Amino acid sequence: MPVIKDAVCSLCGSLCDDITVTVEDNKITKIENACILGHSKFVGMFEHDRIETPMIRKDGELVPVSYEEAIEAAAKILVNSRRTLSYGWCSTSCEAISGAIKLAEETGSVIDSTANVCHGPSALAAQEKGSPSASLGVIKNRADVIVFWGCNPVHAHPRHMSRYSSFSKGFFTEKGRKARTMVVIDVRKTDTAKLADKYVEIEQGSDLLLITALRSIVNGHEDVIPETVAGVPKAELLELAETLKNAKFVCIFFGMGVTQSRSKYKNGDAVSSLISDLNQHTKAVMIGMRGHYNVTGFGQVATWETGFPMAIDFAKGYPYYNPGETGANDLLVREEPDAAIIAAADAGAHFPQKAVRHLARIPVIQIDPYANPTTELADVVIPSAIVGIEAEGTAYRMDAISLRMKKLIDSKFKTDEEIVKDLTTKVRELKRGA
Amino acid sequence: MSEILIKNASVCDPAQGINCETMDICIRDGKIVDSVSGNAKVIDAEGKLTMAGGFDGHTHSAGKINVGRFMNPNDARKNLVPGLSGQVARTEKTRAQVGYNTPNTYAIGYRYAKLGYTTICEAAIPLLSARHTHEEFKEIPILDKMGLSLFGSNWQVMEYIRDKEPEKLAAYIAWGLKASRGYGVKIVNPGGGEAWGWGKNVSGLYDPVPNFDVTPAEILMGLVEANERLQLPHSVHVHCNNLGKPGNYATTIETMKLFEKVKPSRDRQSLHVTHVQFNAYAGTSWRDFETGAPMVSDYINGADHLTFDLGQVIFGPAVTMTADGPVEYANSRMLHEKWSNQDVELEDASGVVPLFYSPKSFVNAVQWAIGLELALLVKDPWKVMFTTDSPNGGSFVNYPEAFTYLMSAKRRAEVISGFSKMALDRMVLPGIDRELDFYELAVMTRSIQSKIYSRPEKGNLKVGSDADIAIYDILPGQIDPTTEYEKVKKAFSGTAYTLKDGVVVVKDGEIEATPKGRIYWVNAKVPANIDSAMQKDIDLKFKKYYTVSKSNYMVEDMYLENPVEIGTEGVF
Repeated sequence: MPVIKDAVCSLCGSLCDDITVTVEDNKITKIENACILGHSKFVGMFEHDRIETPMIRKDGELVPVSYEEAIEAAAKILVNSRRTLSYGWCSTSCEAISGAIKLAEETGSVIDSTANVCHGPSALAAQEKGSPSASLGVIKNRADVIVFWGCNPVHAHPRHMSRYSSFSKGFFTEKGRKARTMVVIDVRKTDTAKLADKYVEIEQGSDLLLITALRSIVNGHEDVIPETVAGVPKAELLELAETLKNAKFVCIFFGMGVTQSRSKYKNGDAVSSLISDLNQHTKAVMIGMRGHYNVTGFGQVATWETGFPMAIDFAKGYPYYNPGETGANDLLVREEPDAAIIAAADAGAHFPQKAVRHLARIPVIQIDPYANPTTELADVVIPSAIVGIEAEGTAYRMDAISLRMKKLIDSKFKTDEEIVKDLTTKVRELKRGA
Repeated sequence: MSEILIKNASVCDPAQGINCETMDICIRDGKIVDSVSGNAKVIDAEGKLTMAGGFDGHTHSAGKINVGRFMNPNDARKNLVPGLSGQVARTEKTRAQVGYNTPNTYAIGYRYAKLGYTTICEAAIPLLSARHTHEEFKEIPILDKMGLSLFGSNWQVMEYIRDKEPEKLAAYIAWGLKASRGYGVKIVNPGGGEAWGWGKNVSGLYDPVPNFDVTPAEILMGLVEANERLQLPHSVHVHCNNLGKPGNYATTIETMKLFEKVKPSRDRQSLHVTHVQFNAYAGTSWRDFETGAPMVSDYINGADHLTFDLGQVIFGPAVTMTADGPVEYANSRMLHEKWSNQDVELEDASGVVPLFYSPKSFVNAVQWAIGLELALLVKDPWKVMFTTDSPNGGSFVNYPEAFTYLMSAKRRAEVISGFSKMALDRMVLPGIDRELDFYELAVMTRSIQSKIYSRPEKGNLKVGSDADIAIYDILPGQIDPTTEYEKVKKAFSGTAYTLKDGVVVVKDGEIEATPKGRIYWVNAKVPANIDSAMQKDIDLKFKKYYTVSKSNYMVEDMYLENPVEIGTEGVF
């Protein structure tokens, strides 16, 4: 009975790499150390309906075909398209991402990741002010003040607090949670907030005001602060600033409450500036709570292969980047793409209506292990193996540490990496024929 | 069997003492050989300067450079050196290219090859994120690659030094090189990375590292002992304490002196000091800042145990990136620039800050001069490796421009004429009339690297060496580099031919082929009992302090394309 140790969980950006998996008859029968989300992913694949076979939409219905037929149909869509959007690529391996970028380059497509509706503004913030960060183990070993801002790890990253942050014990933090101050800033009292020493409830969309006020206090200008900022009394703000300044090591973990609320990238920009200011008094860093297990990997691979982390337009043959113009939703809302390839993400469920409406009008190729709302829009559906369970590959944790995901069981499905490769070969073949 | 005959080349190969002599070079199956058959493909190199492929011994080209790319998308569009920068569409042979200081991986490979360079050494690999470095290596075409692993603020290293366990320390270094598939030991601001964990720094060689009860001097001496015990091909590679601070030349000389008594275990230096330009500053503040190059080069002229590289400044935009975390934070505050930081658990720190070197700034002008002063005041070129610490001092695509500074006093005078009087008062460069010839330039750009890194098959054109060859469209006897520097720059900016392992990869300045290069890494042998004792200590580190499992920490074989394992025998 093979027991596989130190498996990497391919669910969230925490990328826990201490999972023990027991495999019997090519089935996972026991999972140790995983959280409820990770556990569901490992066992879920045996309980939920997979896309069982490649499919092509004929007369409005998806009908089963072979991989070859599906690849050929997909390649035809790509070759006939003048403006393809390639989107997603975050719940898959860096190797598949690399292949997708190559395909986008060869077909002159726009390629974008789920960061478009998630931490994209964090990238813009880093481009404005930089990203003062650290690996998660630095937080575990040193941080005595931990702030969760606009994120809810209890539900989104369940083992984050025990492995890396609030509850973890490290070299200079032997007492763990007892010797740490945990602050939560949010618009509602989340389950994470219930665990905090200090919960600061702010008015929705007022993060930038609060960050700016904190910066003023940290920089010695508390006199300019009005009696309340963002719905928070001045006294409470002064106390929070003191907590930050007097810490030995501060980490601000921030989530989509910061990146996707009003002021968007300006929030991250201001957090980065706050971190820089705090370093005049103590040591401080910031880390984005990335959702998909390898959305960080997309940013990394795209950056070294194209120079840009997302929203990359290859129409001119070289990479062009202008988020706001070349993001997935920018294109769809302008009704620009005449075909789309959506992989390892679900635009159908998560994009705004107008964008989805356009997707419904154009040929869509989907690559995914599971059926989801995007499947309903898709004209060619190509099922794939689940990376981290049925396929190996590289993924990047939220702190940009890369790990090798293991293959735990065999699969009848092709991997994303293989599918992209086959698709690229077919596209070349058709182009040569033309 | 593939054969090439390079006919009538004007060969400059300092490793063999050949100074621009007309001769043929024979190549068979990627190696230089005595003779080839009549079927060999002929390359006519008449009237062309021919050297071994260039070897950049200190460049930031994989890993941390991605942070630079990420935060500076504006760099992608910069096209300050046409042909070697900016956006270039894909072709049948090449992938799309962008960038100037932080080009994408493909551009790095193509552009180095166009300059006639065929091997690069990445200057800093954090052990924990080594996999990332190798992923980028995989996407850098053409070039052979190696990287130096960071050990200068590593907890296990500092503990073994504090506890006086030199054997276990050597075993740990061997394991760390294996885990990261590194080639050598890099030490950045010893102890400073750990101090930066608390937002602090160390101020000199004898300033104790907080909580670890060791000094930077002890870290240096401990690591060099391990380095020589393991008989590693490269010496320790040191970025000194106090980088970027006025007055730091004293720390630099003091550091160099520490190594005088070290006996190297191989036929090479016992110390390599890197980007000395940033560590050769005199004065006590930015107000009375001035060159410290004369003092540093005086010391080096009298020493025979060390080599160094320049870290030459190029005017214009640059991106600084270093494991010296506190320096980058200081840069960002002083220059009001954006700042990225990445501390690495139990190991080191790092930071990235873009900046702009302006000839109108007296500090930048003096920095520019210091690099050249070091190259010209140190008499023996076999101690000097040419670098810009790319892209810290400036992008590698400016090497041809920098060569003209080294080869022509007239060219230097042209640049200097734009400096302020204050800048001129703080440098000695205007009084230096030395001009390097092609032979000396070849020493600094390929020959010395072969020696420094113990890679006898690189950086020379001896029979048996790799057929990595740069053929430049320029003839030393018929051109005066001291006046015709535009021609020199043009020739070095795009080779007539670059050969990599006997394959023509560049022809007339354009990419012809994009083979995959090798990855060199060092596997140092350690006695089993010492290794297992050391493993117990690091097992504890992984159990209690790291956030990745030990088994997931090691870089797997699949990340290394064409790996070359260099075995060494540790002496215990």
